Amino acid sequence: MTEPGFIRLNVRALFGRSYPRVIGGTRELSWIFFETVLPILSIAAYVFIYKAFLPPNPDQTMLDKVNALVGYVVIGGTMTAFWLNVLWSMASQLYWEKEVGNLQLYMMAPMSRMALLGGMAVGGMFMTSTRALTTLVVGVFIFGIVLTISNPLLILAVFFVTLIALYGMGMMFASLYLLYGREAWNLSALMEEPIFLLSGFYFPVKALGQTVAIGASVIPATLGLDALRQLMFPVSGFGTQFYFFSPELELAVLCVLAAVFLVLAKLSLGYLETLAKREGKLTTRHQ
Amino acid sequence: MTYATETRDLTRIFKRKPKRNLLKRKSAKKKENGGPVTALDHVNLTIKEGELFGLLGPNGAGKTTLIKVLCTLLLPTSGSAYVAGFDVSKEVNQIRRKINMVSGGETSGYGLLTTRENIWMFSQFYGIPSKVAKERIDELMHTFGLYDKKNVKVRTLSTGERQKMNMIRGFVTDPEILFLDEPTLGLDVNASRTIREYVMNWVRKREHKTVLLTTHYMMEAEMMCDRVAIIDRGRILALDTPANLKRMIRKESTVQLEVDTLKSTAPIGGIKGIGNFSSKDDIAHGTTNLTIIVEDESAISDIMSAITAQGSRIRSMRKTDPTLEDVFISMVGKGLEE
Repeated sequence: MTEPGFIRLNVRALFGRSYPRVIGGTRELSWIFFETVLPILSIAAYVFIYKAFLPPNPDQTMLDKVNALVGYVVIGGTMTAFWLNVLWSMASQLYWEKEVGNLQLYMMAPMSRMALLGGMAVGGMFMTSTRALTTLVVGVFIFGIVLTISNPLLILAVFFVTLIALYGMGMMFASLYLLYGREAWNLSALMEEPIFLLSGFYFPVKALGQTVAIGASVIPATLGLDALRQLMFPVSGFGTQFYFFSPELELAVLCVLAAVFLVLAKLSLGYLETLAKREGKLTTRHQ
Repeated sequence: MTYATETRDLTRIFKRKPKRNLLKRKSAKKKENGGPVTALDHVNLTIKEGELFGLLGPNGAGKTTLIKVLCTLLLPTSGSAYVAGFDVSKEVNQIRRKINMVSGGETSGYGLLTTRENIWMFSQFYGIPSKVAKERIDELMHTFGLYDKKNVKVRTLSTGERQKMNMIRGFVTDPEILFLDEPTLGLDVNASRTIREYVMNWVRKREHKTVLLTTHYMMEAEMMCDRVAIIDRGRILALDTPANLKRMIRKESTVQLEVDTLKSTAPIGGIKGIGNFSSKDDIAHGTTNLTIIVEDESAISDIMSAITAQGSRIRSMRKTDPTLEDVFISMVGKGLEE
């Protein structure tokens, strides 16, 4: 049998590695409770605070404001699923793979390492999108949010480019686990809650001030969330008070971030794999 | 001539990570670090295409390190290694298409996937068309007696079934060179036999297929391998066919003794006319089993005196033809399981 070419080999490898994550969603139905019901509870906490601001007889502007704030929380809460997936099932995944003995089999296979991580990312996106969509639908239904979808194509573009940039960032961090193993764990733990704050998962990021918001834009979720909120809640009652840049500009920056993270991921994977092979850390478990 | 694998002065040294101990002074810390460990020490080894080659050695001898260097998972510290004519340091992509590896006690794969899905997933990393992969998987599952478990989730498989699955994972990519790192470790007799027979047939009946097998089981190496290398502390001590290795110590004889548990085996080591020896205590039966390589048969009476001087009774004694295990004891100075 002739050997497959580079593209065929890596497309098959990507599909193969995404398979466990895609199929996992249908085999372990406990996710419905843990990843849909529980996030709704944390979203509800913020929603009740915002709703408490409503006076007894609110005017339309006030209703629009609260609707927008509740909508921001639901969209932010939905996107947390992706951030947690990137941190704990993408960046740190190579640590787990090493512990169960898969990593050495992956690393001695002829596929590109980007195909391996790409497969993890595609599988993760598919699995998490199902969960996030369920959270979004349940959130909209329970909290009675009114969405205005005027430009669905732009919304989809922002959503997918945000995911590519986010998972590209996860792929870059994954390479650190090749070398540092469990020591890199602290990095993921350190990034979880601060990013919730800096990226404005539960409030408009501009509330942190222009300077902090610009700094936080290096995390793709920041601009992605802002653009999605602008596109889904064009009439917020706040005008443009809480919006950052225009959605089109944010999409352009996200495209740049996606490309940068993917290139950095490839470079750091190559470098850290060589370093790990030299130091013998690719196959050493429990480090 | 291109060899399946070739190493030239291959050396691999592992640096130990310094232990952090804030309470101790610097000088004390230095002692604890223990220094670097030489896992492979100037190894020169060639394995011919079509050969079933065995690597025998105790734990920590360097067997797995050698396999991992050849599988492109570790870089040599110095020296060089080639697989199918390609350099493990520079030409990894060419090598990876031609090899596969299976280790004993491997727990790879994902528990929520079925046996067939797991093997299929690994086959995709080698770019095998899905249809071809599935046909091969079914055929191999029949051969290994695992076909009735093809739709069972991996987490429910027994140790033996799981290792059969791992073996199928190794063969499904149809590698030119297969590295087997103690593949029958901890398996029952039937599962071990199935694996051994398939490996032997795979090498003998197909052209250009090579296997490098590491094992703890002497019988396995003797039965399966065309040539065997004995490795200890990172050095190759001997390399030849099992028959030639045994011939090396034919002028010596092997004496096996079962005696009441000995307090010390040191007096035996001091007897003139003895080569190396190994001892193993059997706590359940209150005995010590000794295997002694005797260079001069007049030493046998001194051995018996040394045993009875400790108040120990000799339960049985027999002189045997040399086995691969005796060669090993003669070279290394201890048995494989010590």
